Amino acid sequence: MQEILRKARLRLLKMHFESGVGHIGGNLSSLDMLLTLHHRVMDADDRFILSKGHAAGALYITLWSLGRLTEEQLLTFHKDHTKLGGHPVPHGIPDIPLAIGSLGHGLGLAAGLALGRKLRRQPGRVFCLMSDGEWNEGSNWESLTFIAHHHLREVVLLVDMNGLQGFGSTVEVANLGSLANKLKEFGFEVREVDGHDPAAIEQALSTPRQDRPMALLARTIKGHGVSFMENKMEWHYLPMTAEQYQMAVEEANRL
Amino acid sequence: MRAILTKTLVSHARESDFVFLTGDLGFMVLEPLRDVAQERFINAGIAEQNMVSVAAGLAYAGWRPWVYSIAPFLYARAFEQIRNDVCLHDLPVFLVGNGGGYAYGVMGPTHHAIEDYGALLGLPNLTVYVPAFAADVAPAVARLMEAAMPAYLRLGRDETPRGFTLPPYAPWRQVLSGPGATVLLVGPLAGGILAAAQNLPEAQRPSLWVLCELPIAKTEIPAAFIADFQQSGHLIVVEEHVAQGSAGAALAHALLRAQVPPRRFTHRFARGYPTGYYGSQNYHRQESGLDPSSILRLLGNTP
Repeated sequence: MQEILRKARLRLLKMHFESGVGHIGGNLSSLDMLLTLHHRVMDADDRFILSKGHAAGALYITLWSLGRLTEEQLLTFHKDHTKLGGHPVPHGIPDIPLAIGSLGHGLGLAAGLALGRKLRRQPGRVFCLMSDGEWNEGSNWESLTFIAHHHLREVVLLVDMNGLQGFGSTVEVANLGSLANKLKEFGFEVREVDGHDPAAIEQALSTPRQDRPMALLARTIKGHGVSFMENKMEWHYLPMTAEQYQMAVEEANRL
Repeated sequence: MRAILTKTLVSHARESDFVFLTGDLGFMVLEPLRDVAQERFINAGIAEQNMVSVAAGLAYAGWRPWVYSIAPFLYARAFEQIRNDVCLHDLPVFLVGNGGGYAYGVMGPTHHAIEDYGALLGLPNLTVYVPAFAADVAPAVARLMEAAMPAYLRLGRDETPRGFTLPPYAPWRQVLSGPGATVLLVGPLAGGILAAAQNLPEAQRPSLWVLCELPIAKTEIPAAFIADFQQSGHLIVVEEHVAQGSAGAALAHALLRAQVPPRRFTHRFARGYPTGYYGSQNYHRQESGLDPSSILRLLGNTP
């Protein structure tokens, strides 16, 4: 798994460098979780919805690591005439069926997907990856109520708790207090994990669960693995220079 | 029209992909549907944003969900969910907005829907259905389900004139012929205007047409309609919707592009709340010149 993570991290950096785009920080914070989920946890009946659409790059790299996206497709990332936009686009690629970009949509979509399967007595979990800043959006709280009330236990929500959002830290901008306590109060089983520890993520998502929907709160580092990016808000936005990219590659290789 | 919709949906409720969501509305109306649809009748609570996302998720999972609320709580509150989750993916989610136009009357402007289809018609692949008469609801529902694309059904209160035999439902249809001006009506206000116009002496009668589906570009404008206003020389559009994004504006645009402009064009539309006072649906129609008496005056007749 470590080798998969290392290769993916390098490819993610390369892709963002070559395309000259930002959002690398929140992609690096989600990458380990996305890779572990897709390589070690999900099976054929499971579905995944990316609610933090700005981590599209990390999801493309994850699909590439699974052989479901080609190198040629990755080369089109963020360029003209692409299906791999900065956020997942509609009618894009088969593995990402729903366009996501505006925050606070994924959880409701996941709820609908899970409800549709529950009504048909179909098996399978619906994983939804959200950011922590995304909890500013009120629609999520509507969705939590709905999921708990309709007992959609096949919904597993994953939160990338990197602690930074658009223009400040999550504590500075709109301090949520304890998301864990809030989710428990809504009726979720809450587990907490180091979001950069694949074994711990796999275990948290694979061990027997209570009979209720689940949330996995993953403590992560924005810009994880590249020291000059770690916990720095600017890496939500900035593209890398050639020099920065070289430094990032050296660090990512050492991890 | 709500009762007719309930009855119509009851007849579809046993279809394998039928599911219905309401935003905690429908007391004393939707109970028969709830009883038939059972677990596929879902009260999603007073949470329209989530309700529309859930419906999109259901549609993606192979269902054809209905979503019901008072009109503005859907198209205005959950606009981004309609835009991103439903329309970007062409999903068969059928939105029902109750209370089209000023139908909620003195309940106030928060409950009115006078910019609903204007707001929605900018979205890709969404069709708006505006039944003018109660008898239109079932055929409109049938067409909407057949299309299996994003849809908005705008409901109001039926005003079909007693004893009047309507021609069968069509997106465009003529409901009264006469030598006077050509009048295109959108929505249930057609009923009152039809009732008033049919009692006019034959020589003074307008030619009344009803439009039930939008956008204009979706269906071809009937040649008979064009011939009608070319002969009468005066095209009048009447609708309970603001001018911006209206059927009248879209029709004028379409006719100009087709190089068939009417010699004279009059548009009667919802003017909002010009006096700052509030009242019944009819009060607001009168303020905007949409009531039957105002239309008869426009046609050169006094009631």
